[in-house]
Amino acid sequence: MFGNGRKKNGGTPGGGNGALMELKGIRKIYDTGAVKVEALRGLDLAVEGNEFLAIVGPSGSGKSTLMNIIGCLDTATEGSYRLRGEQVAGLTIDRLAEIRNKRVGFVFQNFNLLPQLTAFENVELPLLFKGTPARQRRERVELLFEQVGLSDRMLHRPVELSGGEMQRVAIARALACEPDIILADEPTGNLDTTSGRDIIGMFEDLWRKGHTLVLITHDPAIARRARRIVNVQDGTVVSDEAVA
Amino acid sequence: MLTAKLIVRLFHSAAKIQRKRMILTLTAIAWGTIAIILLLSFGEGLKRSMDQGRRGLGDSLVILWMGETEKAYAGLPAGRPIRLVPDDVELVLKSVPEIASASGEMHNWNVQLVNGRKALNKLVVGVHPAYGELRTSYPQPGGRYIDELDQRLKRRVVFLGNELAKDLFGTEDPVGKTLLVADMPFTVIGVLQKKRQMGMYGGPDSDRATIPLSTFEAMFGRRYLSNFIYKPVTDDLTPVAKRRLMEVLGAKYRFDPADTRALYFWDTIENTKVFSNMMIGIEIFLGVIGALTMIIGGVGVANIMFAAVTHRTREIGVQMALGARRVYITGALVLESLALTFLGGIFGIGVGAAIVQALAAVQERAKSEAMEFLGQPTISIPIAVTTVTLLGLIGLVAGYFPARRAVSVEPAVALRYE
Repeated sequence: MFGNGRKKNGGTPGGGNGALMELKGIRKIYDTGAVKVEALRGLDLAVEGNEFLAIVGPSGSGKSTLMNIIGCLDTATEGSYRLRGEQVAGLTIDRLAEIRNKRVGFVFQNFNLLPQLTAFENVELPLLFKGTPARQRRERVELLFEQVGLSDRMLHRPVELSGGEMQRVAIARALACEPDIILADEPTGNLDTTSGRDIIGMFEDLWRKGHTLVLITHDPAIARRARRIVNVQDGTVVSDEAVA
Repeated sequence: MLTAKLIVRLFHSAAKIQRKRMILTLTAIAWGTIAIILLLSFGEGLKRSMDQGRRGLGDSLVILWMGETEKAYAGLPAGRPIRLVPDDVELVLKSVPEIASASGEMHNWNVQLVNGRKALNKLVVGVHPAYGELRTSYPQPGGRYIDELDQRLKRRVVFLGNELAKDLFGTEDPVGKTLLVADMPFTVIGVLQKKRQMGMYGGPDSDRATIPLSTFEAMFGRRYLSNFIYKPVTDDLTPVAKRRLMEVLGAKYRFDPADTRALYFWDTIENTKVFSNMMIGIEIFLGVIGALTMIIGGVGVANIMFAAVTHRTREIGVQMALGARRVYITGALVLESLALTFLGGIFGIGVGAAIVQALAAVQERAKSEAMEFLGQPTISIPIAVTTVTLLGLIGLVAGYFPARRAVSVEPAVALRYE
């Protein structure tokens, strides 16, 4: 159903200059008519494969806007964004949907599970959008539930799950189509400390298995669990350092 | 396939959010459907009734009367009366192959008909045997129409109109009985099957007595026809048949075949065309009124769908984030709108059909002539197709615009929606 037959080889990006994700001179201006708000002012950022990156910054710094652009939920007003070498700016709405489907896995603060579907169906959804045949879908979803340790909760509806469980379902959903990046927006924001620690632990496991993670947070303690911290303020990167 | 299944699973009925509004909307759609079905059914009933009435005079029939020449021709002055005789029927049939069947007709008003102590003065007509078929005058079971032998032997046989038979014989079966026609004994050979007749000349067929033309000539000493009726082989041949007939009779009676006053034509085929166009006009008019009623229901559906889109903005955002293409979102909403519309529509079709059946039953029992003229409301296949098509169109439009709005929102904005 999807697919353009040009699927590049998976894994880490090859070559020195081929970053997995490369943003150059990104500007985002929100034009509300009376006021123009410049959320990002010429931001540059490059992420290699298998990085564990935290984007931090106070509210209003532009980190949510940055996440939307990285996740192809929104497009930049100006600048270049290459995801695995492909220029994202100027793509059609449906092509962007395809990129989100195959390349990006989202984990949200408020889980964003669809309430009328079971946990299983929620995880199955991106595979349905991708056009995976039923049997492969089933096998993949079952495997994912095993990975997040919720095999016994597959047929529950989101209201019947705890916050930590919901977030684990959301992670399974984010992994469904084997994305290049997992993008997590304050994933522990709505969780108690224990569940939050579990979720971060799960992210570390994923990173060790070779996944690329981008974590957006305002919590310095959580950011320190990442391997690289990018500090965004007033729409630009003010510091970018590796965690020792 | 996959898309349809997914859509069904993703979107539960809008009923959950707005039960009361949905019931009102379904009622509006059902009401519109009932209206359109009733209007079109009555239109169809009226059309069939009118069609039947028109056919009561005869199918594809041309009637002609004698006139006077208006143009001088072949040295003869204008103003000569043209009068046809019974032999002209044979002449025309022989010389004009475009004419399939024809009959002469003679009228005698106020002939006394006597059965025992009952006496009535009625119209008696003399006709050729082809007349019965031409004028759709069929005998009731147990009787027959005038035939060739009656004509050849100048038999004293009479075919009675059904009302006339009732007036003369009451509940008795008149076939085989003797009836005095102008003091001469005639045998009743048949009674007209009841028919609805809209077009007529010389009164309805149900109230006259018909005898063979040869008998009529001998009895009343007539030479000339009152009028002449015929039917062309096909409706398309009507103008050719008319021209050839004018040529043949013009040659015999020496008038200009282009002389429009020599003979007067009543072309019921032309009337039929005008009539059927008029009926189409009436049906369109009724259909439009019904459709307008239905559209009100469609506005309700669109309203519900707009509310559903707003209510689910975030869910739609999540689906878009997970990679749903626009067609998934719009398809789901349009399908849902169609489902709502058809739910109301099915209800309306059921109730409408029930009302039509009930009215048809009531109408059949009612004896009033006005009701008879109105005809039985009838649901036909075209009515069903029109109704379902309209429902589909309304459902599509009512779903399309809310769906378009749903996908016009940026996923990032939709995700933030509370």
